[in-house]
Amino acid sequence: MTTPELTIKQPAIDLCDDTLLYATEIYKSFILHNQGGIKLPVLENVSLEVKAGECVALTGISGSGKSTLMKSLYGNYGIDRGEIWVKHNNNWLDLAQLQPHEIIAVRQETIGYVSQFLRVIPRVPALDVAAEPLLELGIDIDIAHNKIKHLFSLLNLPERLWQLSPTTFSGGEKQRVNIARALAVDYPIFLLDEPTSALDTQNRQVVINLLTEKKQQGAALIGIFHDEEVRDKLCTRELVFGIN
Amino acid sequence: MESLLNIDRLTKTYGSLKACNNITFDLYPGQVLGIIGESGSGKSTLLNCIGDSLEIDAGEVTYTNSNNETLNIKQIPESKHRKLTKTEWGFVQQNPHDGLRMNVTAGANIAERLLNVGIRHYGNIREEAKYWLEQVEIDTNRIDDFPHTFSGGMQQRLQLARVLVTKPRLIFMDEPTGGLDVSVQARLLDLLRSLVRNLNLSVILVTHDIGVVRLLAHRLLVMKKGQIVESGLTDRVLDDPQHSYTQQLVSATLIP
Repeated sequence: MTTPELTIKQPAIDLCDDTLLYATEIYKSFILHNQGGIKLPVLENVSLEVKAGECVALTGISGSGKSTLMKSLYGNYGIDRGEIWVKHNNNWLDLAQLQPHEIIAVRQETIGYVSQFLRVIPRVPALDVAAEPLLELGIDIDIAHNKIKHLFSLLNLPERLWQLSPTTFSGGEKQRVNIARALAVDYPIFLLDEPTSALDTQNRQVVINLLTEKKQQGAALIGIFHDEEVRDKLCTRELVFGIN
Repeated sequence: MESLLNIDRLTKTYGSLKACNNITFDLYPGQVLGIIGESGSGKSTLLNCIGDSLEIDAGEVTYTNSNNETLNIKQIPESKHRKLTKTEWGFVQQNPHDGLRMNVTAGANIAERLLNVGIRHYGNIREEAKYWLEQVEIDTNRIDDFPHTFSGGMQQRLQLARVLVTKPRLIFMDEPTGGLDVSVQARLLDLLRSLVRNLNLSVILVTHDIGVVRLLAHRLLVMKKGQIVESGLTDRVLDDPQHSYTQQLVSATLIP
C-alpha cells in the first residue's frame, strides 16, 4: 500500500525562495469530553511565514495560545483547520495532511524542537540522550558523541555528568542537555519553547550565540522567549497573541 | 515508504462478542506501533490474530516478506505460517513461561530457533547464542543455566535473545514489561529502543502502560470494546487526545 496523495499539493500562493515555513489560517480548539464537552477555542485564524535567517518571537500573555501554536507547528497537536507548509528536502509538505510516519521524517530532518522540559529515560546517560537525534539520522556513534561533547563543553555542563542519566540533574542542567540534543542537528527550522528559562547569565549568552550562529547559517527560528534580553538579541520580529 | 504489514477490516468474534471489530491499520519498517486500552478491549486478541495462529472471522492480514513476496497470512498453508513465526517474526510473551522453555538451558533456548531453520553446526550455534546473550546484556557465563534461575527481567531479555537470533523483521510483544519492577523495566525499555534502531525492527507492542508507549512507540492505536477509537502519532494521541475514552485514559495516568 502506498501513501495517499495530498489533497492540496502546494501552498496556494507563490512563496519566496527563502521561505521555510508557511502556516496559514490555523484554527485549533480543545473539546473536553469529560468536562461536559466544553469547547475551548485557542487559535483562530493564525498565520505565519518564516524565512531563512529570521527569528520570530511569539508574544502575548499566558493562555493566549503561543505554546499551542508551537505544538501545532511540530505536529504534536492536530489542528482543526488550516495549512502548515514546511520545506522538507526541497519539497513543500503540509504537516496537517501528513501521515504519522511522514511527520516522523519531517521531525528527524527538518524541524528541531527545544522543549522546556527534557523527557529522560532512567539509566540512559546524558550523552546518549542528546546523541539520539543524530543516531536516528544514521550518523556514526563516535562522530555523534564528539559533536555532543563539544556542545556540552560550550554549555559548561560538567564532564562528570555526561555519563549519568539526567534524571537527577537540576533544571538548568536538563535544559542544557535538551539544547545540545536539538542544536546538534542542522535543522532548517527550530521551534524554541523558552530555551533559556532555567539558565544563568553566562549560559544564556552561550545559547544566544549558538542560536545566532544557526540564524546566520540560514535556519528559521520560532520561539517563546520570556527573557527580554534573549528576545532583543535574537528576534527579527514578533507575532503578538491576544485573548479571544 | 512501503508498509510491511497491512491489517484490513480484521474481525474476530467469540460467540456474540466482537473481540476485534473491523480493525484496519498499516505498519511501516523500523516502526514501533503501540496498542493501548483497558483489559478486555481486544488488544491481546488482536495481537494473537496477527502474530499467532488465532483464527479470524473476517478481514485480511498481508505481510511483505524479505523476498518481497506479499503473503496473505490467513490463507497461506500452516507450514509456511509456522516457518514465518520462527524466522522473520518473533513473539515476546508477557509471561516468560509462555515464551521460553524452562526445562532447557538459556543457550538451548536461543539455539532452538536456529535448529528450526536447519542450522546444525554446534560451535557456530553456541557462538551465536553467546552473541545474543551479550546483546541483551546477559552474562555469557549463564549460557548453561536454566531460565528458572534467572530473574524476571533476565527472563524477558532471554526471550528477546531467543527471538532476535533469527534476525526477525517483525516482533510482537504482549506487555513485555508487565510484572517487572521499575528500574528493571527502564533497562529493558532502553535496550528495546536501541535494538529497534540498530536492527531496524518493526514492533507491535500491546500494553496498558502509557509510560511504556510514550518511550517506545512511534504510533499508537487506542482500543475500546474491540474497536480502534483513536490512532496517530504517539505524542499527539497522548498530548492532544480527541476521543473521550483517550482523554479519560490520559487524565487517569499518574505520570503521563
